[in-house]
Amino acid sequence: MTEEAAGQPGRRSFLNWFLGTALGALAGSILYPVFRFLSPPQVPEAATHEVEAGAANDPELLERGFRIIRFGAEPVILIRSGDGDLRAFSATCTHLDCIVEYQKDRRRIWCNCHSGEYDLNGRNVAGPPPRPLQPFTVHLVADAAGGQKIVVSKA
Amino acid sequence: MRTLAARSVRWLRERLPLAPAADVLARKTVPMHRYSVLYYFGGMTLFFFLVQVVTGILLMLYYRPSAEEAFESVQFIMTTVPFGWLIRSLHSWSANLMVFFACVHLATVFFAKAYRRPRELSWITGCALLFLALGFGFSGYLLPWNQLAFFATKVGTDIAGSVPVVGEWLLRFLRGGERVTGGTLSRFYGWHVAILPALTVALLGLHLLLVQIQGMSVPPAAEGEAARRRPMRFFPDFALRDLFGWTLALGVLAALAALFPWELGEKADPFAPAFKDIRPEWYFMFMFETLKLVPGGEILGIEYEAIPILLFGLAGLALVLVPFLDRGGRGRGLTVAGILAVVYIVGMTARGYRSLVPVYAVLATALVTLILGLGTRRAREAGE
Repeated sequence: MTEEAAGQPGRRSFLNWFLGTALGALAGSILYPVFRFLSPPQVPEAATHEVEAGAANDPELLERGFRIIRFGAEPVILIRSGDGDLRAFSATCTHLDCIVEYQKDRRRIWCNCHSGEYDLNGRNVAGPPPRPLQPFTVHLVADAAGGQKIVVSKA
Repeated sequence: MRTLAARSVRWLRERLPLAPAADVLARKTVPMHRYSVLYYFGGMTLFFFLVQVVTGILLMLYYRPSAEEAFESVQFIMTTVPFGWLIRSLHSWSANLMVFFACVHLATVFFAKAYRRPRELSWITGCALLFLALGFGFSGYLLPWNQLAFFATKVGTDIAGSVPVVGEWLLRFLRGGERVTGGTLSRFYGWHVAILPALTVALLGLHLLLVQIQGMSVPPAAEGEAARRRPMRFFPDFALRDLFGWTLALGVLAALAALFPWELGEKADPFAPAFKDIRPEWYFMFMFETLKLVPGGEILGIEYEAIPILLFGLAGLALVLVPFLDRGGRGRGLTVAGILAVVYIVGMTARGYRSLVPVYAVLATALVTLILGLGTRRAREAGE
């Protein structure tokens, strides 16, 4: 105590520093692995460039005017508008991640979650969506049976 | 700053009157005598339980309880999640250490006669906690959905099925159906992460409360010494020693988990033959080994197999009832029964592991322990 009073580092302050550091290191060595464990690892996904999306005269597509297809892990909306024109967009609403649908009678892409609305070019025209839907390219390719099949690829 | 801190403390104290509890803690003492080291085992068990809670919750973030995904998710934890191998190995090692220290705690309390009046309830809750720990072990063993787990669960639940009268119902209750399937896995998961933890927390709270109310028991053999020596204050003196023990335990646990990560084995296949050296967790080994020795057949409509199972059940019941079987005095009879039980359990466990650890190694260890024990006792008696 007298040493410390005289402004010299005493045994007590050394021990406090020593114990404090040791406890800090212990806490760190416990918390670091826990923190790392809690952060989910990156799981690589195969990059998809092109998928086949069924026959051009698919009855579901003809009747409802749209179909949601899997583009890798990503949902893509394939739309057949009234004039037979085929278009594809990312089906994930740019507002809050819901999956959109196509309303044939109104010729609008519609999100049921918060009434977001996009036109047939994927532009956000009404409601809360902040950005347009990302477009995909659609091709028609002859299939083995003599018909046509739809191929969707990254724009 | 200081006044703010002081005011917040005062504010909290007004609303949360913890002073009586702090008072009890401040006055609590631990008797000092040559067996005082035994007082650390319960705390050690508690420490490993706390590790189980933390690591178990962490594992739940990645584990998927279904026959299709369980094995793969554990594999994912072991290979891909950062430090996942460490967390799972800690969970497995700590589980085993927890059961081990619970058994040691039970044995020391038994031989020190610490269950006597007024501590009967501490003993009964303690036994219940041990059975819960075994339930945790049994249900947790299946969760990785590997071959070993699958067959151990088949055998374990089948044993429950051979109990007379209620066996059939019990088997279906445990398996969630006729066979061990993904349904069994969901069921075991529910027990393991919800039902058993809830029961354990309630019982553990009661157990610890009882210890605080009644204080530490002094073994009959050390009463004179404890009366002569000054007891140790629980806080901070004993608590610091406890904490030191916990730090040591954490070090040993971390080293075990890091140097010997728990293996995962092969995915369970209900249509593959059971492989060689199939065995349950070590703490079930003595029962497993006993059952191996029983031949097939039946007497008076009861299968031979059911007899040892019934006897083990009765032994478990007798264990819970120990405080009421004790007739006071020196309690020689119970001590002898306890020693015989320990010898039987250790002997049968050693027999079960004879392909891994030769019998003479076990015998030599037992002999050395006995000689050391007797030697220490004699030295103590000479010193007194």
